[in-house]
Amino acid sequence: MIFTSLSLLPQLVLMLAALVLLTSFALLSQARLVSAIHVFAWQGALVAAVTVVVAMTSHSHHLYFSGALTLLLKALLIPWMLHRLTRRLELDRHVESLGRPALTMMAAVALVVFSYWLVLPMIQQEQIFTRNIIAISLAVLLIGLLTMVFRQQAVIQVLGFMSMENGLFLAAVSATSGMPMVVELGVAFDVLVAMVLFGVFFFQIRESIDSLDVDRLNRLTETLEDGK
Amino acid sequence: MNALLVVLLSPLVGAIVLALLRPLRWAGWLNVGVSAVSLAAAIMLSWTVGTVGEVAGFTFRVDAFNVYLVALTTFVGLTTSIFSRPYMRHVCETGKIGNRGMRIYHSMYQAFMFTMLLSLTTDNLGVLWVAVEGATLATVLLVSLYRTPEAVEAAWKYFILCGVGIALALFGTVLTYFAAQQVISDPETGLLWSALYQRSGELDAVVMRLAFVFLLVGYGTKVGLVPMHQWLPDAHSEGPTPMSAVLSGLLLNVALYALIRLKMLVDGSLAGTDTPHLAGQLMMGFGLVSFLTAGLFLHRQRDIKRMFSYSSIEHMGLMTFGFGLGGPLATFGALLHMLVHSFTKSAIFVTVGHAAHIAGTQSIDHIRGLIRTQPAVGWSLLIGVVAIAGFPPFGVFTSEFLLLTATMQAQPWFTIPLLTGLVVAFAGLFRHLHPMVYGAAPPGQRPVAANMLPVLTHLGLVLWLGLSIPPFLTRWLDRATELITGTHLL
Repeated sequence: MIFTSLSLLPQLVLMLAALVLLTSFALLSQARLVSAIHVFAWQGALVAAVTVVVAMTSHSHHLYFSGALTLLLKALLIPWMLHRLTRRLELDRHVESLGRPALTMMAAVALVVFSYWLVLPMIQQEQIFTRNIIAISLAVLLIGLLTMVFRQQAVIQVLGFMSMENGLFLAAVSATSGMPMVVELGVAFDVLVAMVLFGVFFFQIRESIDSLDVDRLNRLTETLEDGK
Repeated sequence: MNALLVVLLSPLVGAIVLALLRPLRWAGWLNVGVSAVSLAAAIMLSWTVGTVGEVAGFTFRVDAFNVYLVALTTFVGLTTSIFSRPYMRHVCETGKIGNRGMRIYHSMYQAFMFTMLLSLTTDNLGVLWVAVEGATLATVLLVSLYRTPEAVEAAWKYFILCGVGIALALFGTVLTYFAAQQVISDPETGLLWSALYQRSGELDAVVMRLAFVFLLVGYGTKVGLVPMHQWLPDAHSEGPTPMSAVLSGLLLNVALYALIRLKMLVDGSLAGTDTPHLAGQLMMGFGLVSFLTAGLFLHRQRDIKRMFSYSSIEHMGLMTFGFGLGGPLATFGALLHMLVHSFTKSAIFVTVGHAAHIAGTQSIDHIRGLIRTQPAVGWSLLIGVVAIAGFPPFGVFTSEFLLLTATMQAQPWFTIPLLTGLVVAFAGLFRHLHPMVYGAAPPGQRPVAANMLPVLTHLGLVLWLGLSIPPFLTRWLDRATELITGTHLL
């Protein structure tokens, strides 16, 4: 692959996308809850930047709008909501380090390799740009999934969930210059409603197990001893 | 088109009004009324589609296949709302939930109906995704409605697992759109299913193959296919019973519907490659594994609602297998199975709701002697289970017989695991059922106020479908089969 054959703006998109991937790794390993929320906000801002640069290259005006929407939703509103929730739940000093950092990081690296391997035969050689972006977004998606599996803290699981959405959005913006407007608005609406519901659930979980460590949610098993 | 608007708007308006309505006395009735309006509009819509063939416009498209599911959804929605009115009042009187909970319940019931009807009628694959995700969001608060630790846990699991699954489906949708852009240049029509289906032969086979894997895992999570089924038994057992009835009877169908539509696209795209039936084979594999695993899990259950949710996984597996097998006979059988399973399973959940109120618990070990305490509930449970286990003369027998015949024709070896699975599931259901229905009733067990009308209607219809399928329904199903497979059965 010869990246220098690309003109300047696609190279910028690739660099920003790589930074999004980097924030995914940071999110996976970040021990302090508040810092994790900051990392997520940066990821949202980077995705919004990718959107704006793609809008400049492809001259599609509706992408400016989606970029603004992403910045508002993913970089400002959702991090702000999470901040407020952690303060109200008195979790703003919460620190929870990763169980097996080396193993988790290796798994994340393996996922990146896997994403490239999966996407490699998909698109003809001339479309290196698209191929890289799809592979990176798939990696962001899968690392988000990994975050949800490896971290037991409900707030960080939500961050993993939201970063999966970021990966999806990155794929939609850069591989297809954005989904149709109605779909994009629908997805943004779903994400916002999901965030509100997550907030409700933080309080319900805390009420029921007196912690947000979802590992302790283990009452439902295959052979429930006694019905209620 | 007007009927379609009423179908979509009535639950949406209902959800908003029910969220704002304060006096609870009217809420239950209003819920029934709104569901009745939806059903009436759905019948009119079916009539129009039956005469015209297709209703399309403004990114909506309704043909014989999806109008069939629209009619089914609104019908079960109405009967379940009739059941839920006294049931939820009973729950409210026992103090499990307060006024706020009741408002959430009624409002979300209609919001859930709206998202399902939207995903069935839309032509846009992106809107389909948004609506299916919306269905998760509408039901997640209902699963945790009782606020017990178990209910909160079940809801969290449901939220996270379905959220992840559905995110993978969105990636599949993005890939589909990517493949579409190389064929259809207009960005506004690039996600319309009908436009894609017309040119499905030109879609890039490699991209579509990858997309289908993501779509299958994603929507398959919502269908309840093993191994992505973990949320389903929890959500069904902890949520309010009317919710279990509509989740099992309707939501799983909607997710399967999405999968079938996408399989049609992928089949067209892979037609010329060396793996033309990949989508069908994947669905057969997942379907068969779900069918067999769920049948085995039936044996170990100790919670009555969990047991029947495993039975739902089993039947969804069978349908997925049938649609994967393809061909007119299997598709016809699977479509019929969707109908009879929805009727029977929602009737069973309604009955189970009454049974749990009689015994005061959902534990199978503590539900005893239903026939002696309240014959109507006991007999309904017995007949419902006989029907769902696939005995003649009920409709489930007919559809399972058709599916088995189709399997014998196309892939004879698969009949052995299918028959084994049916026997295993039957044994699992009956070993738990017998003591619950016939055993000695504990002293002091009293009958409860029960409205058996929905159960009788559903079981009566299943019996009718087993004895003779009315000609209009045969023609309707045959038309849907033709749309899916391209060939008539009759």
